[in-house]
Amino acid sequence: MTILVKRSHEDEPRGYEVDFENVTLLTILNHVKTKVDSTLTYSHGCRSGVCGSCAVRVNGREVLMCEYKPADGDLVEPMRNATVIRDLVVENSNVEHFNRMANAWSEESRAGAVSEEDMSGIETQSDCILCAACYSACPVYAVNPDFIGPFALTRVWRYVSDPRQTQSDAKITAVQTNGIWDCTLCGECVPVCPQGIAPKQDITMLRTKSAMMGYQDPNMSFGGGLDFGSPMF
Amino acid sequence: MAKVLIIGGGGAGLVSALAAHESGAEVIVITKTLPTRSQTSMAQGGMNAVLGDDDSVSNHIADTLKSSAGLGNESRIAFLCENAPDAIRWCNTIGLPFSRDASGEIARRRLGGASAPRACYAQDYTGLKLLHTLYDQCLKAGITFMNERFLLNIIVDEESNRALGATCLNIPTGDVEEIRADSVIMATGGYGALYGKHSTNSVGSTGDGIAAAIRAGARLADLEFIQFHPTALKSSSILISESARGAGGYLLNAQKERFTDELGPRDMVARAIHDEIASGGAVYLDIRHLGEEFISHELPQERKLAKIYEGIDPVYDLIAIKPAAHYSMGGIEVNDECMTGVSGLFAVGECANHKTHGANRLGGNSLLELVVFGRHCGKNAAQFGVKISAPELENPQFDKDTDFVNGVMCFTNQIDFYEKQEMLANIFYNNVGVIREEMGLKAVLDAIGQMQKELPFMGPQDKSKICNTNLVEFIEFGNKLELAEIIVVCAISRNESRGAHYRSDMPVRNDALFGSHTITWKEDGVLCADFMN
Repeated sequence: MTILVKRSHEDEPRGYEVDFENVTLLTILNHVKTKVDSTLTYSHGCRSGVCGSCAVRVNGREVLMCEYKPADGDLVEPMRNATVIRDLVVENSNVEHFNRMANAWSEESRAGAVSEEDMSGIETQSDCILCAACYSACPVYAVNPDFIGPFALTRVWRYVSDPRQTQSDAKITAVQTNGIWDCTLCGECVPVCPQGIAPKQDITMLRTKSAMMGYQDPNMSFGGGLDFGSPMF
Repeated sequence: MAKVLIIGGGGAGLVSALAAHESGAEVIVITKTLPTRSQTSMAQGGMNAVLGDDDSVSNHIADTLKSSAGLGNESRIAFLCENAPDAIRWCNTIGLPFSRDASGEIARRRLGGASAPRACYAQDYTGLKLLHTLYDQCLKAGITFMNERFLLNIIVDEESNRALGATCLNIPTGDVEEIRADSVIMATGGYGALYGKHSTNSVGSTGDGIAAAIRAGARLADLEFIQFHPTALKSSSILISESARGAGGYLLNAQKERFTDELGPRDMVARAIHDEIASGGAVYLDIRHLGEEFISHELPQERKLAKIYEGIDPVYDLIAIKPAAHYSMGGIEVNDECMTGVSGLFAVGECANHKTHGANRLGGNSLLELVVFGRHCGKNAAQFGVKISAPELENPQFDKDTDFVNGVMCFTNQIDFYEKQEMLANIFYNNVGVIREEMGLKAVLDAIGQMQKELPFMGPQDKSKICNTNLVEFIEFGNKLELAEIIVVCAISRNESRGAHYRSDMPVRNDALFGSHTITWKEDGVLCADFMN
C-alpha cells in the first residue's frame, strides 16, 4: 500500500510504498525511517498508547500512530493548532502552558476511605495521556488561541470532582476567562480522544459547578445571548 | 539558593524535583521528550506498601531481600520498605487516584514473589496516573522544564571530581547547550531498549544517563542484571501486567497444560517460559476464566493492545507470550545519600543502582523505589548544593560536545546503523537474555567490538540541523553500544547463576566467589571491572 505523508517544505505529500498489512501506522513509519528515508521525522515512544507522543492526523482525523492501522492511500499530517517543527513533529509547549493557566493540579487531597464508586467518577478523566489530539481537533483555537482548551479543562474537572479534594475554588476561578464559557460544545474533541474521554461533558460539568458558585456565562450577560422568555423589566 | 539540575522527567526525576523544590532549591528539569511521555507512563502493576495489619513491613523486607538473591543491601531495603506506607500516603495527598477496595481503603493486589497483597494500584495505569499527578504538582510548584533536550555529557571538573552541570542537544534547534548547576541528579531510566523489539520498554530507554555517568567518572554496579518480564505479547513485546497472573491467570504450554507457579519471582517464571518455548514452541497466558467484566475493568490496556497487535481478544482467546527485557536492575552506583562517585552528581530511579532490587526486582518495588529514593535524593541534592555550591570554573566539555555533534554529522554513512542496532538487539536477546553461556557472550562481545570500530563509518544520513531524530537515534545507539560492552563483560565475569543472570554453563550460585557487586568504571577511557561489596 501507499502511505502519503505531509513533509515540511514540500507542497505535495510524499508517498511511501510499503508491503505491509494489518500493522499500525507507527510500525510502517518505523520501517520507512530505518529502511527507506531516515529524514522522515515524527515522535513516538511506548508504542502502546500511554505516552501520548505519536498523535497525528490521518485523512484529517486525529489518531495515535501506535493504535491506528492504515489503509492504502491514507494521508498523514501533523496535528493542527500547533507550529510544525518538522514533518509530523509539532511544538508542544501548549501542554504545559494551558495546564498552568488552568491550575490543573491537586491543591490538597485528604486521606481516609473513599468509596470505589466515588473514585470511579474520575477514573476516565485521569486516563488522559496529554497527546493533545483534542487540542488539534478543537475549532475554538481558530478564533481564540488563548482558549484553555479541552485537555486542560478535563484535567481541572478531574481534580475539582475528585472526592478527596478539600479545595477547588481557585481552579473554578482560573477557568472562567478563556475557559469553559469559550467552548462552543461542538464536541469535536470527543471522538478523537484515544482514551475515551469526553472533554465536552467535563466542560459542561464545570459550567454547572461554576453556576452553582455564582459565576455567570459572560456570553449571556450583555443581552446578546439566548432569551428563554424571562420577563423583561 | 542552590540550583539543582535534574536530567530526566520520569517519575524519579519529578519526585526529586518536588523534593528539591521543597528543600528550597531552584530546580530545572531537562527531558528528551516531555515528562509525561517517559517510561514511567508504562508501569502498570502497582506500588508495594504495607498498609494494614494483615501484612508486615518485615515481610516486605524479607520478600525483597529473598528476591534480590544475595545482592540486596539490607539497610537500603529496610529504608525502602519502612518508608513505603508514607510514600503511598504522600501520593494520595498529591492526588494519585488509587483504586479502592470494598471498604474504601486503597486497594492492594498480590504480585509475584510477594507473601501478601501489597501492591497499591490505579487500575492498570498506576505509572501513568502517578506520572501525570507528579507533573501537575511540578507545574503547581513552578518548576522549570526544558523539554526536548538530549543529554550529551555531565560537566565535571577533573581536578576536584566535581559535577558542574551538563551539556545537551536542543533537539528542535540542533544547538548544543550547557546548563550549570550546584548539583545534578541523573534520573534517565534504564537500558531495556537495547533489546529493541524484544523489550517491553519505550524506545527512549537507551541508558543515556548511565553511559554519560561512566564517562564522567562514576562507577556502575551489576549491569548484567536485566529483568525479563515473563509475559510480553509474542510479536510486539508489549507488556501484559503481572496483575493478570495475580488475579488468577494461568500459563499454558504448547499442549495447553500449566507448567509452573504463575506467581513465582519473575526470573524463575521467565526461565520456565523460555524453556517451554524452546522445547514446545509456544506459551500462552490464559485469562479467559477471569471474565469480560474483570478484564475490561482491571486490564483494559492489555485487552486493547492484544486486539491491535496480536489480533486476539483475551476474553475469548489464549494470549501468545514470551519473556521480554523489562527492567534494568543494574545502574549507576550510589551511596546512602543517592550520590554517585562524582561529587555533586546524584542518581535515582531505574538509572541508579540503589541495591534494593539486587539480582531480581519484585513487581511493585520500582515505582516505590522512585518515590522513596526520589524524595530522599531531591532533598540531599538540594542540601549538598547549599553546602558546597559549584565553583564557576571554565570547562572544555561544551566545546568538546559541540565538536562531537558537528563531527558525527560528517561521519561517512557507509554502514547503516539501524541495521546494526537491530542485529545488536537480536544477538542480545538470544545470548544475553534469559539464558546465557560463555561462548555466546564472547561472540556478542566480539560483535560489539566490531560495531564500535565501525561507528565512524555509520552516522546520521539526515543532515538537517532542525529536529534531527536520526542524529539523536545515532547518539543513542552509541550509548547502547557503550553499555552493551559493559553488560557483556559483567555477564562473562560472573561465572555463576543468580537471579536474572542465568548461565547455563554455570547454573549454580557461588557466594564465595560472586556474592558481591559487579562494579565497572573507566580509567583513561578503558573499561575496568571487579567484584566489590
